[in-house]
Amino acid sequence: MSTPLNREQMARRVARAIPDGAFVNLGIGLPDMVPDHIPPENEIFLHSENGILHVGARPPAGQEDWDLINAGKQPVSLRSGGSFFDSALSFAMMRGGHLDVSVLGAFQVSEAGDLANWSTGLGEGVPAVGGAMDLAVGARQIWVMMEHTARDGSPRILRQCRYPLTATGVVKRIFTNLAVIAVRPEGLEVEEILPGLGLDELQARTEATLRAGAMRPLEA
Amino acid sequence: MLDRRVASFTEAIAGIGHGATIMLGGFGGAGTPLGLVAAVHRAGLRDLTVIANNGGSAEPDLRIWLEAGQVRKLVCSYPKSKLHTTASFTTLYLAGKIELELVPQGTLVERMRCAGAGLGGFYTPVGAGTALAEGKETRMIDGREHVLEMPLSADVALLRGRQADRLGNLTYNKTARNFAPVMATAAKLVVVEVEEFVELGALDPEAVVTPGIFVDRVVQREAPQ
Repeated sequence: MSTPLNREQMARRVARAIPDGAFVNLGIGLPDMVPDHIPPENEIFLHSENGILHVGARPPAGQEDWDLINAGKQPVSLRSGGSFFDSALSFAMMRGGHLDVSVLGAFQVSEAGDLANWSTGLGEGVPAVGGAMDLAVGARQIWVMMEHTARDGSPRILRQCRYPLTATGVVKRIFTNLAVIAVRPEGLEVEEILPGLGLDELQARTEATLRAGAMRPLEA
Repeated sequence: MLDRRVASFTEAIAGIGHGATIMLGGFGGAGTPLGLVAAVHRAGLRDLTVIANNGGSAEPDLRIWLEAGQVRKLVCSYPKSKLHTTASFTTLYLAGKIELELVPQGTLVERMRCAGAGLGGFYTPVGAGTALAEGKETRMIDGREHVLEMPLSADVALLRGRQADRLGNLTYNKTARNFAPVMATAAKLVVVEVEEFVELGALDPEAVVTPGIFVDRVVQREAPQ
C-alpha cells in the first residue's frame, strides 16, 4: 500500500474539494493548513468567527496588527473585498446556514455523523468549548479532517462516539490520511481509498461499518 | 449638554461596586480595554462575576483580576489558556476556587443580544444532544432539536473602541470589535476606552457601529488614572 497521507497532503486533498467561490470556516488544528493549498485559480472566502470575512495570509514578521487576528488568535490580513463585523453577526452567518463549508478537526466521528471534538471528557484541566458547537451546526456542509486512527491505533470512526458530543448527526464527509468517507443516511461510504489499501484493511482500522462507494484512489 | 466623555479612569469606573457582574469585551488580545481593567484592579473590587470570551492571557487582562482574587465566577466560552501561573484561571478552577459557566461562543453573544434587545430568550440547535444542554428545556422545531437559552445581562460592560464623540457614538478597530457592540446593549452601565475623541460631526454616520444611546462613559486610552 502507498504511504498514508501526511498532514500537508491531507490539507491539499481538502483544499481541492472546496468549490470555487465557497464561503468557508476552517477550524483550529489540522484545518489551519488548508489555505496554503487552495488552487490559485479558485477564489475562496475564509470566515473567522471573531468577525472577519475574506481572511488573508499572516503578515510578515514585524508587520503584525494585534487588532487583526483570527480565531486561533494568530495575526492575519484582510483580503480586498473583506469585511469586519461583530460576534453576533458572525455566529448568525454560521448558525444561519450562510457558510458553504465548515472544516473541523475531530477526536471521534460516529457512523450517524455525530461529532466529538471539544472535550475528551476525562476531567483533565479546564473545559473550553469556544465556537466548536456553533461551527458544527449551521454550515451547509460539515467536513471533518483527522487521522484515521488515534496514536495508539484505536479507531476514531465509531458506531457511537465515546467522548462528549459536540453535535449530533452533522458530519457529511470525513477526510483522513487513509480515505475520504461520505456520511449518508444509510451509513458510511468510502469515496476514496489509499492506493493499495483494501476495503477490509480500512475496515480493520474502523469500528463503524464501511460500504464501498466510488473507491477512487486517494491522492493529495 | 450631553457629554459622555470623562477625563480619568477613576471617573470612568466610578460607582461600580463589589459583587458587580461585568461584561469584558475582547477576543484573545483584540479589544480588551486594558486601562479599564487596570482601574478595576486598582479599585480592589471583589466578588465579581465576569462575562468574557476568554479566561486571561499573559497580558495584563482578566488575568490580573484573577490573580488578585477579585473574581467569584466566570461566564465564558474558552477559559482555557496556556498560562499556568499560581492564580491563573486554570489553577483556580482546578483548586475549586472559582465558578465557571461554560457557554458556546455563539450562544454567549446571542444571549447578550437577547438581553439588549428586550427578548426573553431563544431556541438554538447549538448544544442540542450535548452535555451543555443538560437540564435545559428543549423543543423540536422543523424536525430538529433546539435548546432554550436565556438572556444574559450585566451591571457593567467594559469595552474598547477606536473613536468616540461626545455623544458616545463609537467606531471600532478591525477584529477588536468582536463582542463590544452587543455587550454595549446588554449592560446597565457601559464604559468604553477609546483611542481618540473626535469632534461631533467628525464620524461618518454610516460608519458609526455603536450609536451613543448605548454608551454611558467614554475615556481616552491615554487619560490619567
